[in-house]
Amino acid sequence: MDIHEYQAKDILSGYGIKIVEGGLAYSPEDAVQRAREIGGHVWAVKAQIHSGARGKAGGIKICKTHDEVEAAADYLLGRRLVTHQTGPVGKVCSRLYIEAGTDIVKELYFCFLVDRSSERIVMVGSAQGGMEIEELAVNNPDAITKIYIEPAVGLQDYQAREMAFALGLDAEIMSHAVKTIKGCYRALRALDVSMLEINPLVVTRSGELVALDAKMGFDDNALFRQLKISELRDKTQEDPREMAAADRGLSYVGLDGDIGCMINGAGLAMATMDMIKLAGGEPANFLDVGGGASAERTEKAFRLVLADKGVKAMLVNIFAGINRCDWIAEGVVQAVRKIDMKVPLIVRLSGTNVEEGRRIIAESGLPIITADTLAEAAEKAVQARNEVVAKEAALEK
Amino acid sequence: MAIFINETTRIIVQGFTGKIGSFHAQDMINYGSKVVGGITPGKGGQIHLGLPVFNTVKEAVQQAGAEASIIFVPPAFAADSIMEAADAGIKYCVAITDGIPTQDMMTVKNFLRRFSEKERMVLTGPNCAGTISPGRAMLGIMPGHIYKQGNVGIVGRSGTLGYEAADQMKRLGIGVSTSVGIGGDPINGSSHRDILEKFEQDSETKVVLMIGEIGGPQEVEAGFFSKEYMSKPVIAYIAGLTAPEGRRMGHAGAIISSAGEGAAEKVAMLRELGVTICPTPAAMGETVAAVLAKI
Repeated sequence: MDIHEYQAKDILSGYGIKIVEGGLAYSPEDAVQRAREIGGHVWAVKAQIHSGARGKAGGIKICKTHDEVEAAADYLLGRRLVTHQTGPVGKVCSRLYIEAGTDIVKELYFCFLVDRSSERIVMVGSAQGGMEIEELAVNNPDAITKIYIEPAVGLQDYQAREMAFALGLDAEIMSHAVKTIKGCYRALRALDVSMLEINPLVVTRSGELVALDAKMGFDDNALFRQLKISELRDKTQEDPREMAAADRGLSYVGLDGDIGCMINGAGLAMATMDMIKLAGGEPANFLDVGGGASAERTEKAFRLVLADKGVKAMLVNIFAGINRCDWIAEGVVQAVRKIDMKVPLIVRLSGTNVEEGRRIIAESGLPIITADTLAEAAEKAVQARNEVVAKEAALEK
Repeated sequence: MAIFINETTRIIVQGFTGKIGSFHAQDMINYGSKVVGGITPGKGGQIHLGLPVFNTVKEAVQQAGAEASIIFVPPAFAADSIMEAADAGIKYCVAITDGIPTQDMMTVKNFLRRFSEKERMVLTGPNCAGTISPGRAMLGIMPGHIYKQGNVGIVGRSGTLGYEAADQMKRLGIGVSTSVGIGGDPINGSSHRDILEKFEQDSETKVVLMIGEIGGPQEVEAGFFSKEYMSKPVIAYIAGLTAPEGRRMGHAGAIISSAGEGAAEKVAMLRELGVTICPTPAAMGETVAAVLAKI
């Protein structure tokens, strides 16, 4: 789960990390009011969306008058911002963070994340801040310092110092730097943070080390014990279909294609999507209905897939293990009878009680296309989709 | 032979008396696995499914000679149960539980490293379907009947995709020595590479099918291992050709977060390392058959 910059900063300031004075705004009037309260002559008006690279997408405006603040707020609120992290659909900005302008001397990159290779937390820093770390990793990998943390003893002072020196920080702010780095680590351990990125971490004219931006992601598996963090969830930043799925205990990811999918198991779901692509189609979604695909769950999954009006055909691929194909077949038949399906349905069942399952589908009298193998299922789904598209094109003429 | 488990392996179930634990314990017993009891703290001394319940894993090791364990404990308590098993002297543990926090798994891995290699429990999972040595023993939640006994080792992250592979192979008359699910989490007990190493040492296993997916470095690391240290052919399928970057595809670990973690990139690397690639997920069985025919 991701949170907004202003939320991350609020958390981090509680761990001793210095942030710039700022306030939240939901309207242009709010924004001007915040600027007044903050005082000074320069403000940053920052779109709060769950994505990095907001600056490049025009989501951060530097303003020198209250009128400019108002205009920037008016421009950003309700706007859909597209970054390389949001996908082509982008994310809508409905909150702004107004921050005092900062006199920057140096911009640094700093983050903590879980490294899957070493199975440890790694601290990553670079004296070349402000840039995307992915870019830096490609263009100038030597400019990146990585320090691995031993989980049993945690981050040590010498490691924080090593990082601070690698960031090119002066001896005068060393103790503050160590405090900042250790504060971040404490937050990470205490709150089950999976990723904490401060880009840029800046040295100001007055010699302070300040988190000018902050991005935090949390381990979804640990949210059960991080109730305060769970409350920070902003559902407007998440795909509504994915949210609806999550609320029903289904795992769904919306994609750009037009063949809807319902599959049990994440790996088989990905493999089925691959098969669709290899057969010349494009999947509309990833959907794992999980192990216990009951009739009720099947119906919910059908509704979810078909809520995407772009879907031109739907493919069900179930490998019944603990489950039984006859139960699943009954669930599918029930769902199709209840929902007025307008698109062709292709069903492939495999595993426990498969003959019984196929018999139920065949005897239902419903226009369900069946397939025996994964390859056949994908081919039939693409073929059915193409027929629908051709028919639509003919109707338009 | 087979790896990790066979018909003589003495198995206990952690989270024995719960609904899920009971169901799968019965299923394992029906398959022929030698289940010798289970653990539910506070219910020690009771009899469940005709077998003794113990309060601690230590008691189960001392009194029932337990060697392997399977964990059905809820996510919040699963890490603790894994460490209890390791400390009690269990040799092999499968964690089925889905949803264990990453930091808990870091603690578990760190805990396991305290033991000398000889004394260290092998953990597979969490968030997996378990391990099966067909015809001998099942330590998992898979449908045992879809596996035919044979000489192909399977290692994979996904449950149902592993079933798909076993099913394709069975249709072609090909059997499995052992199938190991390593689970879909970002930090897991054993990696693809760890399991390849076991299969290389197993006299019965002739070839290995590795079923990987997007995210993380493990498949490529396994590829390097196979090139350097393995005499047996490795075949791989990597799921997630169509997965977009930065999105979690069901499994907590199935997310492309950096360069080289996409399916196409992994496939290219593995091919270069001499691994035979299944062109499609529907061709896992026939690719294995083609490789078997050559040896």
